[in-house]
Amino acid sequence: MKTATKSACDTCVHYDVEGVKRLGVDTTNVDFVIALAGNPNTGKSTVFNALTGLRQHTGNWPGKTVTRAEGAFEYQHQKYKLIDLPGTYSLMSRSEDEEVARNFILFGKPTLTVIVVDASRLERNLNLVLQILEISSNAILCLNLMDEAKKNKITIDYRSLSRELGIPVVPTIARSKEGIPELITAISDLANGKIICKPHKIKSIPKHVEEAVQKLSAAIKKEYPNVSNSRWLAFRVLEGDTHILEALKTGAFI
Amino acid sequence: METKNIDKIIELSNELRWQIGDDFHDNLTEAIYADASKIVEKTVVKDNKKGAFYLNAKIDQIVTSKIWGFPIMLLLLGLVLWLTIVGANYPSSMLASLLLDTIHPFLKEGASFLGFPWWLSGFLIDGVYLAVAWVIAVMLPPMAIFFPLFTLLEDFGYLPRVAFNMDALFKKSGAHGKQALTMSMGFGCNAAGVVATRIIDSPRERLIAIITNNFSLCNGRWPTQILLATIFIGAVVPSSYSSFVSLAAVVGIAVLGIFFMFFFSWALSKTVLKGEVSTFNLELPPYRTPLFWKTIYTSLIDRTLIVLWRAIVFAAPAGAVIWLISNVFIGDQSIAVHLIHSLDGFGFLLGLNGVILLAYIVAIPANEIVIPSILMLTVMVTGAVGGAGAGVMFELDSVTATGDILRSGGWTLLTAVNVMLFSLLHNPCSTTIYTIYKETKSTKWTVVATILPIVAGFIITFLVAQIWRIMS
Repeated sequence: MKTATKSACDTCVHYDVEGVKRLGVDTTNVDFVIALAGNPNTGKSTVFNALTGLRQHTGNWPGKTVTRAEGAFEYQHQKYKLIDLPGTYSLMSRSEDEEVARNFILFGKPTLTVIVVDASRLERNLNLVLQILEISSNAILCLNLMDEAKKNKITIDYRSLSRELGIPVVPTIARSKEGIPELITAISDLANGKIICKPHKIKSIPKHVEEAVQKLSAAIKKEYPNVSNSRWLAFRVLEGDTHILEALKTGAFI
Repeated sequence: METKNIDKIIELSNELRWQIGDDFHDNLTEAIYADASKIVEKTVVKDNKKGAFYLNAKIDQIVTSKIWGFPIMLLLLGLVLWLTIVGANYPSSMLASLLLDTIHPFLKEGASFLGFPWWLSGFLIDGVYLAVAWVIAVMLPPMAIFFPLFTLLEDFGYLPRVAFNMDALFKKSGAHGKQALTMSMGFGCNAAGVVATRIIDSPRERLIAIITNNFSLCNGRWPTQILLATIFIGAVVPSSYSSFVSLAAVVGIAVLGIFFMFFFSWALSKTVLKGEVSTFNLELPPYRTPLFWKTIYTSLIDRTLIVLWRAIVFAAPAGAVIWLISNVFIGDQSIAVHLIHSLDGFGFLLGLNGVILLAYIVAIPANEIVIPSILMLTVMVTGAVGGAGAGVMFELDSVTATGDILRSGGWTLLTAVNVMLFSLLHNPCSTTIYTIYKETKSTKWTVVATILPIVAGFIITFLVAQIWRIMS
């Protein structure tokens, strides 16, 4: 087989970003699995569509994505499968969509989780972000709806935010596909280990509670040496989450 | 899978819980919020002058206000309907003249040229083809206007405001406030509305939303309402008011449907589906300018064409059935005539007639073909001129001609009013019934959802007919 000589453009990183292959629903033989999480109505489905080239129906009302949707894209000859999870405000209550999202992040073992947030409502959205960072060590913050933040005269120092959270932060306007190439590059870098995350762990817990968490977390770690999120499991066990106890019994999350 | 011994962990956690007290959940939640606010303090700069938030809040003050909330909702519904009615007229008649007046005779000639026997060309061209052509001509234009308009409102962010306005009413009727969203989807298509009930977590409230979704007048039924309102109700007032009055009548029927939806939600939650109303958070999203062309494109592809395809798939066999029952004879009369006569008595009690009831049976797969079936069967029974022969569905170019045919079939103002009511209150179409079964996985609830509206329809039309006849 004859291979043509590659021009400078063909090998350039930016060329590849332009040349991303949207694979739609073809999710066979994937190299990485990416979960897409976030609060309701932050544009997850729009980000999903921008990445996969699919036309999942999007609508301006919370709770529109009722089941998880799957799609795929290819970048630098690696295939990424994308799972659009239902929007949730938290992972700590027991409503159905929260369980779908939580179970997938906990048991579905995605390579990494892209957390889509509304840049103009960052503080409220961080509630979910901080919870996900307890569960999953590989995450990217997609700071979406930057246009609306701008309209509301909100400026976000996303580099400091990235330092604070210990994960890559990519500002986007998914509707007009701004920032999507950067998001793809970040996904690829993290998936291939070019970036290492040091996710923020919840700090402001009262001392005596923190000690209890650490004790229980150590006990869980002893029984399950391979578990990366023993701290989150300790949170849940202390809250008496029976689903998690059941999962601990069967070892479903390993 | 190997089962781990976790007794030690459970024991330790019980002990620790004893030490740290009951406030763990609150401690954790507070810690998360404290961290979040620290991070935001360091990274976000806000200029709290009048930004878009201010405009959003201003719009919300008006559209969710106690005084203006409901009138604005009705006005928007009226506007969407008006644009649909007015806008669909012209393309509809163009499609009709193309598919029915040009292509149909051409196909007939072609068939006779190829030497098709009369029954084959009748079955295929007068039955199957005409049913499909009619559905396309009548349904495509209004759908191609209604769905995009609806999607634009949805993308703008209006639907959650509807839910907000109606929340108190839903709460009073023992249903979930998010049912407002599924109800709105039902105005487009009940099957889509039933699928959308997945946003409701509580199984009890979800069942209520599924069972009562059929009371949202769906897209297949709007044309029936519009046509009958124009012919019979617009005609009782001076012509300068007639279009306004017919529009008001159609909106009235839609509002009546919402009333029945509340009534049956309430009745169900007080009887077989008792339970607490669950609370939920509904964030009012910011208003967003819809991406106009993209919305038009996706709503055409994702909604209009899918629903149209479904209608075609169901209309084709229905057309075949109509042709067959009109052309297969038992004794000296066709099956259709036998059926109509046996249904006439019951029909009279309801202020309807046998033709209408038979049309509704034939049209179970798709509401869109009710009016053409009624016209065809009426012509056959009365022998009125203007029809196209036994078992041939047709559309009449002018609304007046349609009215003449219906009047020759014995229609009065009462008949029209009751058909409008019955169109609102009858069994869901077969696609919706199948969707309800798929979503509930329960024969019992599927049967309830199917029977309930038709029983309501029988009762209401019966009462209206009796009172009407006593009064006049």
